[in-house]
Amino acid sequence: MKTFHIGGIHPKENKLSKGKKIEIAPLPQVVTIPMAQHIGKPANPIVAVGDTVKVGTKIGESSGFVSANIFSSVSGTVEKIDFFPNIAGFKQQMIVIKSDGTDTWEDTIDRTDTIVNNMDFTADEIKAKITEAGIVGMGGATFPLGVKLSPPPGIVIDTLLINGAECEPYLTADHALMLEKAEEICIGVELLKKVLNVSTAKIGIENNKPDAIENMTKTAAKFSGIEVVPLKVKYPQGSEKHLIQALTGREVPSGQLPGSIGCVVSNIATTFAVYEAVEKNKPLFERVVTVTGTALQNPSNLLVRMGTSTADVLAAVGGIPENTAKVISGGPMMGKAIQNLDVPIMKGSSGVLCMTEEEAHRHKESNCIRCGRCVDACPMGLEPYLFYALSKRKMLTELNEHNIRDCFECGSCSFSCPAHKPLLDYIRLGKANVMQMIKKQEAEKAQQQEKK
Amino acid sequence: MLTVSPSPHYQTDTNTRKLMCNVLIALIPAFVFSIVVFGVSALISTLTAVISCVFFEFAISKWLFKDEEYSVKDCSAIITGVLLSFNLPNTLPLWMVVIGSLVAIGIAKMSFGGLGCNIFNPALVGRVFLLVSFPADMTTWSKVQDYGTIDGTTGATPLGLIKESIMSGKTLSQIDLPSMQDMFLGNIGGSFGEISVIALVIGGIYLLCTRTITWHIPVSVLGSMFILSGIMFVVNPELNANPLIHICSGGAMLGAIFMATDYSTSPMTSLGKIIFGIGIGVITIIIRKFGAYPEGMSFAILIMNAIVPLINKIKPHRYGAKK
Repeated sequence: MKTFHIGGIHPKENKLSKGKKIEIAPLPQVVTIPMAQHIGKPANPIVAVGDTVKVGTKIGESSGFVSANIFSSVSGTVEKIDFFPNIAGFKQQMIVIKSDGTDTWEDTIDRTDTIVNNMDFTADEIKAKITEAGIVGMGGATFPLGVKLSPPPGIVIDTLLINGAECEPYLTADHALMLEKAEEICIGVELLKKVLNVSTAKIGIENNKPDAIENMTKTAAKFSGIEVVPLKVKYPQGSEKHLIQALTGREVPSGQLPGSIGCVVSNIATTFAVYEAVEKNKPLFERVVTVTGTALQNPSNLLVRMGTSTADVLAAVGGIPENTAKVISGGPMMGKAIQNLDVPIMKGSSGVLCMTEEEAHRHKESNCIRCGRCVDACPMGLEPYLFYALSKRKMLTELNEHNIRDCFECGSCSFSCPAHKPLLDYIRLGKANVMQMIKKQEAEKAQQQEKK
Repeated sequence: MLTVSPSPHYQTDTNTRKLMCNVLIALIPAFVFSIVVFGVSALISTLTAVISCVFFEFAISKWLFKDEEYSVKDCSAIITGVLLSFNLPNTLPLWMVVIGSLVAIGIAKMSFGGLGCNIFNPALVGRVFLLVSFPADMTTWSKVQDYGTIDGTTGATPLGLIKESIMSGKTLSQIDLPSMQDMFLGNIGGSFGEISVIALVIGGIYLLCTRTITWHIPVSVLGSMFILSGIMFVVNPELNANPLIHICSGGAMLGAIFMATDYSTSPMTSLGKIIFGIGIGVITIIIRKFGAYPEGMSFAILIMNAIVPLINKIKPHRYGAKK
């Protein structure tokens, strides 16, 4: 069975909502739609307070190359355009829309269930539609897809990989999509193949989803050049770099993007969004979210409109359990803990996870016993114990020499530490300090050159 | 009110104490065997070592370090006590056991800062201290015959017999070595915990199954010992013992499975662990063949312990490293 070569861990899977059908969440009364739901520049609002909008009306205009359009997810009136705390606690521009309850969609959107397989578009047309629909990587990284599909001159893309690993514990949103929307996903793959001008694509799925592997293999057989590859169950199988290694054997060089070795990776939810955008003219304003937690009565896969508050999403599955101490947007390994339940669902929100009092708190820290488990666990082949020590002492040059910037914060080291050291916390701190140091050095260099 | 913290929000259930308890469980077969063979003296010696190790660690952390959390709770001092006792002959006076414990915990472990900070394996430092301070007492073993019938006479360990005969100009065929079966089951002279290969291997398998240790160190120690002594055996079987005798005698098994795999004093990476293990195996055989002592496991492990910081300079293979 294929997998990546170094490190990796086996956290308890806890896929509580496995096998649950995708349910449509009740229409929210108010949505708060952030202008920054992607990596890059936030979008610029193009509506004013008091404007009437429909579902799918563009409300935020992409403000640069690495940016994305934002669409209204309800029909109603714009109530407020203001700055609110985002998931990280920073204030950010958001548009509040009050729903009129009619759920009127833009006329251009095809709301029927019929599967359309129209391949008459040119590559540029497909790309334009994807960019217009505001599609970003929906696995969590939220990198605008249109940018990924426009490699800089000199770079030739020869491989398209679809990420169906879903290696985060608890999450089952992509799994549900692969069971219910296999054909749509395959059409999405065909569209992406056409944009990139490649003849084959591989879909990597972790082996803990045999039903999804079977369903996707069956459906992919109807198309030409789509191969479904089962992958070993190992976290972080769904990391872009590690999926590439598992499926192609290639390694993305340190500090570079997958494009540099001819690969483009798209996630299952993103590929489904591509299908909807191109064949159904439907911009990205809703997504499947796994709402889960051990104390939840009914862990579910919900189709949620962007901007719905976490509280509303939890209400849809029977309310927030009483003993909830932590709510996480995303999975338990890389997700972010939110401060309050007003935080809206965004393009990159793959899950809402409620942790009980017992699960929420970290274990007590003790002495590092130098067992080397963090080194064995690191999928990048780094030395987390060393970063911890160096970062504590602010030894930035050494941190940089040991390639701290290669860390993509998967959390395998902190997970595996028997002394429960907050390794990743210190690595993040060290990384930020190193970045700052490098920026400063570069600025000084530039200044000196100017003087000369 | 919600708790907020950076990811990951998931941690392993394993902790230091559980890992240490796994090692203690793995030591039970060898402990039971030592009681069967040596009787109550094994129990008394091991209890003395454990109690004094735990006491010294407690006393140092309470009155010298003034710690609020006592590190004895992590059970590592118990392991040091058991391993120290396992490395001692059954005739050793108890006050020497207490001194060994004081050196192991006080000098080798706590003076470096406690668990995880020590460079040398504490139990081995204690043992080697006793060996160089009281060489006669440390090399007097009771003769073991048919499990548990130790009489007053003293016997030699297989390695002692080999060394003695070679030194006096005899060849190996002229001396009476115990059978392989006796060596494997533990019907031979030696320290408390080291004599039964089978009991130690059972403990080792338990440690591997519970993922407390990885295979790298035991396999590379025993493998390199086997290969090096095998070459010597092929060259001259009259002067060099069979490689199986080498890996089944002395502290080979106890050292490879329990002493060399000590977390704090072994390298961090898999490649480092293999280099470390090969170093121990090679040095052990060299000491056994050319050194003044019949057995060299303790010295080999301590020498390699000193090199661990250097071995840790070897970086693991990095994803996406420039070739």
